[in-house]
Amino acid sequence: MSGMSAAEQATALWTLVRKEYHRILRIWVQTLVPPAITMTLYFIIFGNLIGSRIGEMGGFSYMQYIAPGLIMMSVITNSYGNVVSSFFGAKFGRHIEEMLVSPMPDWLIIAGHVAGGVMRGLCVGALVTIVALFFTDLDVKHPLITVSVVLLTAIVFSLGGFLNAVFAKKFDDISIVPTFILTPLTYLGGVFYSISLLPDFWERVSMANPILYMVNAFRYGILGVSDIGLGKAYLIIITFVVALFWFALVLMKRGTGIRD
Amino acid sequence: MQALSLRGLHKIYPNGVEALKGLDLDVAEGDFFALLGPNGAGKTTAIGIITSLVTKTGGTVTVFGHDLDRELQAAKACIGLVPQELNLNQFEKVLSIVVNQAGYYGLGRAVAMERAERYLSELQLWDRRDDIARNLSGGMKRRLMIARALVHEPKLLILDEPTAGVDIEIRRSMWEFLKKINDEGTSIILTTHYLEEAESLCRNVAIIDHGRIIENDRMSRVLRKLQLETFVLSLDQELAEAPQLDGYAVRLREPGLLEVDVEATQDINDLFEVLSASGLKVVSMRNKANRLEELFLRLVEAGESRT
Repeated sequence: MSGMSAAEQATALWTLVRKEYHRILRIWVQTLVPPAITMTLYFIIFGNLIGSRIGEMGGFSYMQYIAPGLIMMSVITNSYGNVVSSFFGAKFGRHIEEMLVSPMPDWLIIAGHVAGGVMRGLCVGALVTIVALFFTDLDVKHPLITVSVVLLTAIVFSLGGFLNAVFAKKFDDISIVPTFILTPLTYLGGVFYSISLLPDFWERVSMANPILYMVNAFRYGILGVSDIGLGKAYLIIITFVVALFWFALVLMKRGTGIRD
Repeated sequence: MQALSLRGLHKIYPNGVEALKGLDLDVAEGDFFALLGPNGAGKTTAIGIITSLVTKTGGTVTVFGHDLDRELQAAKACIGLVPQELNLNQFEKVLSIVVNQAGYYGLGRAVAMERAERYLSELQLWDRRDDIARNLSGGMKRRLMIARALVHEPKLLILDEPTAGVDIEIRRSMWEFLKKINDEGTSIILTTHYLEEAESLCRNVAIIDHGRIIENDRMSRVLRKLQLETFVLSLDQELAEAPQLDGYAVRLREPGLLEVDVEATQDINDLFEVLSASGLKVVSMRNKANRLEELFLRLVEAGESRT
């Protein structure tokens, strides 16, 4: 008897995706509602109340300018949050063993969880887009770029969430990275402003922030404007996807954080 | 073919604890095998390595001819595990837990549903299929873990203390179920602290202590090694002190209750003759302790006195 056939692997992957889908819906009050409310407040406070006094940015109203950034911010935090809580929850409750004793290869376990993260990221992204449409018009300039960038970004942060969950030993460990790394990088990643407004030094510093490339590439897809080159943005995002997936595979093979 | 073969299995944990010290073990296909040992002997570590939940430090594991290092997926497909610790997703429905597990082994939804119904029904859980796991009793959770382990119909079922904390009635029904699936061809390895369970279910036994096998033989041969049995006799009269019975060690437990040691070389009929000659009438009689338990304690104590 050899390992799993391609059809069996597809069934196993679908099982993981389906399980994650049901988990997202089962706890929709935690997974879907809070980001929609938070982003509505962002639109009201930053976009409407403050934004009306700011005027234009990059040739667009401030509300239009921040809408792609806020959508991307919700995709990033929710992709990450879904995988880190789902996979760490499985570790904490020990039902990760259901997967580990099965013949599913490591890549498939990673892919199933990443698919769950992408699913939630895109669901929340779609909800926030609907909210945004109550406040401003969004005329998507480059649909293919918009979709590919949001998808790849969701994959990057789902993988990030997976790695965080692998290393996490207690619940505190799954909130440290989002609080102290992810949120600051997102806020400083050009969601609310164009980096051309920054002094030269801080503009150069901002270029080291990978989230800047994701937000700007997505903004280019929707509005057609960006602070950075599109090619460089794709290169960085794809490099992250490959590197994080490879790192996750290595950790799974070693059993880091999941096997005694 | 061997269902399981361990050679020189070694495990040293990062904290320096040497849990397994070169374990060699064979379990034949179709066997019902007891793996016994005191707490911390290395049973769960060995099971963890076999099911790839624990990484080994050295040695080889072969499951139905599949080497764990070279054919991991094929080896895993042969095994079903019922772990010692509850490891159910407490927020998931009973049916989903079993159906999802089938999916992890690549079984399509139709087959998964059909098998989930079969095993949940056999383990008296089908009526609870829409309950979330958290709402089940302890015994039900244990049975759910058995259904989950069986849904891909493994050739080797490993049960790590499956009846811990389960009441006697459910325990007996679980024994019947396990006997049935063993009769149908599933090889079973059982660890338990209820030695009566091992004695009544298993054909072969290995006793592990301090990471080494200290006994490995047929259950009947192992039990024959026990040279002494203690019987508890209930008398039709009350005594003030233990009577003197020629050739037997006798203790008075209660006024009408005697404990008598009978060596393997002694005949139990002789005991009754001695009792009759002393004017004592026995109303009922039972073993003081489970025979395997007696032997187990002696072997472990002997091991400890050597170390």
